Amino acid sequence: MTDTKYAIEVTDLTVAYQEKPVLWDIDLHVPPGILMAIVGPNGAGKTTLIKAILGLIKPVAGQTLIYGKPYAEQRRLVGYVPQRGSVDWDFPTSVLDVVMMGRYGELGWFKRPRREDRELALEALAKVGMVDFAGRQISQLSGGQQQRTFLARALVQDAQIYFMDEPFQGVDATTERAIVALLKELRAAGKSVLVVHHDLQTVPEYFDWAFLINVSRIAAGPVETVFTDENLRRTYGGRVGFLTGNGHGDSTVHGDPAAPKPAGEALEWAS
Amino acid sequence: MGELINTLLFDYTVRTVAMGAAVLGIVAGALGTFALLRRQSLLGDAMSHAALPGVLLAFMLTGSKAPVVLVLGAAVAGVLGTFLLLSIIRFSRIKEDAGLGIILSVFFGFGLVLLTFLQRNPTAAQAGLNKFLFGQAATLLVGDVVTMAIFGGGALALLILFWKEFKLLSFDRDFGSSLGYPMTVLDMLLTTLLVIGIVIGLQAVGVVLMSALVVAPAAAARQWTDRLSVMMVVASFFGAIAGVAGAFISSLGTGLSTGPVVVLAISVIVLLSLLFGAGRGLVWTWLQQQRNRRRLRTDAVLAWLYDLGVVQHADPRYAHNVEVLRAMSRYQGGVRNSLRALEVDGLVHRTSPDEWALTDKGVGRARELRTTGRSDS
Repeated sequence: MTDTKYAIEVTDLTVAYQEKPVLWDIDLHVPPGILMAIVGPNGAGKTTLIKAILGLIKPVAGQTLIYGKPYAEQRRLVGYVPQRGSVDWDFPTSVLDVVMMGRYGELGWFKRPRREDRELALEALAKVGMVDFAGRQISQLSGGQQQRTFLARALVQDAQIYFMDEPFQGVDATTERAIVALLKELRAAGKSVLVVHHDLQTVPEYFDWAFLINVSRIAAGPVETVFTDENLRRTYGGRVGFLTGNGHGDSTVHGDPAAPKPAGEALEWAS
Repeated sequence: MGELINTLLFDYTVRTVAMGAAVLGIVAGALGTFALLRRQSLLGDAMSHAALPGVLLAFMLTGSKAPVVLVLGAAVAGVLGTFLLLSIIRFSRIKEDAGLGIILSVFFGFGLVLLTFLQRNPTAAQAGLNKFLFGQAATLLVGDVVTMAIFGGGALALLILFWKEFKLLSFDRDFGSSLGYPMTVLDMLLTTLLVIGIVIGLQAVGVVLMSALVVAPAAAARQWTDRLSVMMVVASFFGAIAGVAGAFISSLGTGLSTGPVVVLAISVIVLLSLLFGAGRGLVWTWLQQQRNRRRLRTDAVLAWLYDLGVVQHADPRYAHNVEVLRAMSRYQGGVRNSLRALEVDGLVHRTSPDEWALTDKGVGRARELRTTGRSDS
């Protein structure tokens, strides 16, 4: 792509809605070709971080570079999967139409999607196993199918960097596995994917990098170095303390894949 | 009857009125589609009420009642009211419903003050301005219709030109922003188009009820289709029908205001669409539910006959009294109907006036039901 070392460079990013900051002085450097989980409690600013990087929210301070240049010049390199609940799924349109919206950036003003855009959309739908649903009205989709539709829309953007806001939220196990496989495929193609993720237990399994955030940056880096008890406690406050205190001497959560289910549930509540 | 058709087709005034109403219905229906999908239906109501002082101020400033002048005055006031409203929602803690109430009543109240002020000083020039309250289609002149067609046609042309962008705005605004489209500008443009669609209808339908022509055709059209483009065409069609029907009825010397008659016409269309709309119609949904319930009840009776026979008599073909089955259904009714339906299918037979037993075929079906959980009948 370019000689720049980082896919994403965020410096001193601060966002405030009213008087209290939602994001405070965030620094984040993301190399190309990694899967990064963005982890933190509710209200930690995970969605806000994505939206600020994408320019959907105007930050109070700070800057974001995509491959060394401002986002506005690098839009074509970035794909976005918003939260599934952010749109009205009763909107009168079909799955194929939604996926083709991923081509709108490439198309530009006034141009309508053509046959090649349709074919790219169908290809993307095939990748997420939804090609049979192309003509389906979107209100008839299950939660997992809605999520796959959104992923397909991001795939046709053919980006280098993907931002995904809770792609695993409310999907069944099959869809979750399919999404993970897709993420790994993207990484293999040298792309970086940043995912807002809630299930701490699967972080070490699905991701190679993690970004722990609670308004401020807690830690960022390879999972094995930053996804520690200490960092999790700092991210989630005292609430997460009890999850590793029940007889498991292991200092990291990911070091204990056989952790009992209750611990996992506690994690989910804490998040 | 023949005379009526003759009047409708060849009377100059009536033809003018019909064309005006049709233009209005088409434009309002198309723009209303987007207003409905963006949950901005009530915004149209605030816009039309806010337009009243604009009409009157335009007249007071220019002394002219030329349609272009009045429509422009209405549009300026409508846009102003709308952006005030959106600012209130965005920058204060006042929520959308309260904001709508404030803008609507302040602008409309100011308009009424101006109207009564003008009527207290009766000059020939101001006569007829009060038709903007409830609408008076019979007073439409060719010049009015031409103005409506130019503004409305322009709005429709822009709507089609920006189709892809407006669709993106309505479905997923954030995603559109991330692609680099200026969503705020598009939002303002679409809102302005809606204002245009509303103000061109004020003379014919009036500020009080104009929003019905925006909301109702789109709501009715949504019942018939799952495609945005089709929905827009159907909404325009419904709007045109309602507009023409209302305009005819009120201009045929009935003395009725157009606005209310148009609203009644479109209400009939909405009602029929709610009841009979393809797929979504309440009648079809209800019938489907009844069919499902009947089928489940019938399956249950078949299963009970089988279970009772196997458990208590070790004979699945044992005959049982209707009362036993009714007790098992907790007297919810329908047992006799279910038995009759099963008899028609050859699954049960009557052994005495009140006793029923499974046939061989019935035993087979009941076993299938018990193992698979469904009968596939």
